[in-house]
Amino acid sequence: MNYLVIVIGAILVNNIVLMQFLGICPFLGVSKRLSTAVGMAGAVAFVMVLATIVTYLIQVFILDAFGLAFLQTIAFILVIASLVQLVEIILKKVSPALYQALGIFLPLITTNCAILGVAILTIQKEFNLVEGVIFAVSNAIGFGLALLLFAGIREHLDLQSVPKGLKGTPIALITAGILAMAFMGFSGLV
Amino acid sequence: MNQWKNFSKGFIKENPVFVLLLGMCPTLGVTSSAINGLGMGLATTFVLLMSNIVVSLIKSQIPDKVRIPSFIVIIAAFVTVVQLVMQAYVPELYKSLGLFIPLIVVNCIVLGRAEAFASKNNLVTAAVDGLGIGLGFTFALVLLGGIRELLGSGKLFDIIIYSENYVTLLFVLAPGAFIVLGYLIAIINRIKKD
Amino acid sequence: MAKRESTFINMVLTLFVVTFVAAAALGFVYDLTKDAIEAAKMKAQSEAIEKVLPEYDELGESFKIALSASEDSIEVFPAYSGDKLVGLAVKTFTNKGFSGFISVMAGIDNSGNLFGYEVLEHAETPGLGSKMNDWFRNTGKPAQNVIGKNPQSHRFEVTKDGGDIDAITASTITSRAFLDALTRAFEAYNNTNQQLETKKTSL
Repeated sequence: MNYLVIVIGAILVNNIVLMQFLGICPFLGVSKRLSTAVGMAGAVAFVMVLATIVTYLIQVFILDAFGLAFLQTIAFILVIASLVQLVEIILKKVSPALYQALGIFLPLITTNCAILGVAILTIQKEFNLVEGVIFAVSNAIGFGLALLLFAGIREHLDLQSVPKGLKGTPIALITAGILAMAFMGFSGLV
Repeated sequence: MNQWKNFSKGFIKENPVFVLLLGMCPTLGVTSSAINGLGMGLATTFVLLMSNIVVSLIKSQIPDKVRIPSFIVIIAAFVTVVQLVMQAYVPELYKSLGLFIPLIVVNCIVLGRAEAFASKNNLVTAAVDGLGIGLGFTFALVLLGGIRELLGSGKLFDIIIYSENYVTLLFVLAPGAFIVLGYLIAIINRIKKD
Repeated sequence: MAKRESTFINMVLTLFVVTFVAAAALGFVYDLTKDAIEAAKMKAQSEAIEKVLPEYDELGESFKIALSASEDSIEVFPAYSGDKLVGLAVKTFTNKGFSGFISVMAGIDNSGNLFGYEVLEHAETPGLGSKMNDWFRNTGKPAQNVIGKNPQSHRFEVTKDGGDIDAITASTITSRAFLDALTRAFEAYNNTNQQLETKKTSL
């Protein structure tokens, strides 16, 4: 499949957060401040790409080879959980400040549906390894894009006068909806 | 804790979607119709109930440092059971829910309850909690799915309520999910205050 | 209750046991459901074939036809009433949908016309592209109806591209892809004639 179509498709047309609804929890939880959003986007990107590669290899060389396709869910989530542990250990050593800033959200990357989602989608769409990596990188960029856009908006939103009932999560969700509407405009691209 | 209170807290007071703000991905992703919401809710309830039970049973045997990975494996196993059973007996629903069925394993609700509740309570309490939270989740999904389906396609549970010519398509598309959920949370917050 | 100590050996052992038990239990469930899953797939397929062809008694052995333009091959199901070939059900597909893959079961009868179709799988936009299952069989609107037509009598492309079929409003990409799938079905049908001459009865 045309690489450009994969890239544009993943970042804009079928944006992982705003169109496919994957990765919402961190999207809502971490997007309050631009700086933490950047750190989170980076960590997710790293785990997403690595996880897609490893799960792809496992699917082809172990699960499919031995007819164990039904163990996909268990195998994939174990890979992701281990990778997140790895990232935690590395981050603690390399950048303790970022490690502190991300706090509880770091182990929560394991339950980020976006990562498991991208891993499974790569197999479902029958990409080969190269296409899979491109797909993962593009989705990571798409996730980061949505996260940063949203964080920027929310920092402004905090300074506005929002009706009391809508303060906090409700207005955030409605704003995300409008952002999703904007992204729907990309559908003519591919 | 009074088991009735334990069960009913999942519906309003500690509703996982509207109050705890967990499990957002499937909530937004599968609620384009009430049936899909119902199917996903029940599938998740099954996983919640079974994993809560198993975790509560073996909690004393699991060393502290590996408890999260162990819980994850247990949850993943039950999710796979759901996948296989649905594929075999309700293939249409299985196709509609698609990617979100295996994603139950990363539904923060399930891991969250196992970690915060089942690993610290006895079997009955954990099971009742799983059931209550699961059904509360189902309630939220059916509500959201019903509203979106009614406004966006003129149908409810696949029964045509009004003509397709008057629908607001936005509601069954991505933006509609975010917007309806936002308003629902605002409304539930108001109800809780009273 | 006192938990087990988090020694390295305990941790590894626990994880191993938990995973092993889980995998074994799953293998058991998989065995139980394997046949039901296969049966469900077959049932969905034969139901689709029944919808797109005139009445038949039995299905002959299905076979695959390679398409010239791409590396794809398409599965063809001949349907017989007694010894007479009633028509061919072609399980066609395209990857050019708005969201990628669309698969359609197309039924082509003895006169070489499209008798019926059934969209099997797609991920097109609900309310827009997803209307394709009903849009192209609208008998009240002959310009968008594909039933009873074939690529020789009508150009199977959207009017925007110079063809004879009206696309779904605001869903040109999906419509193009759908018609592409049908065109491929007819190509497979035409290539089948040679194969069938050596089998039961020719068309």
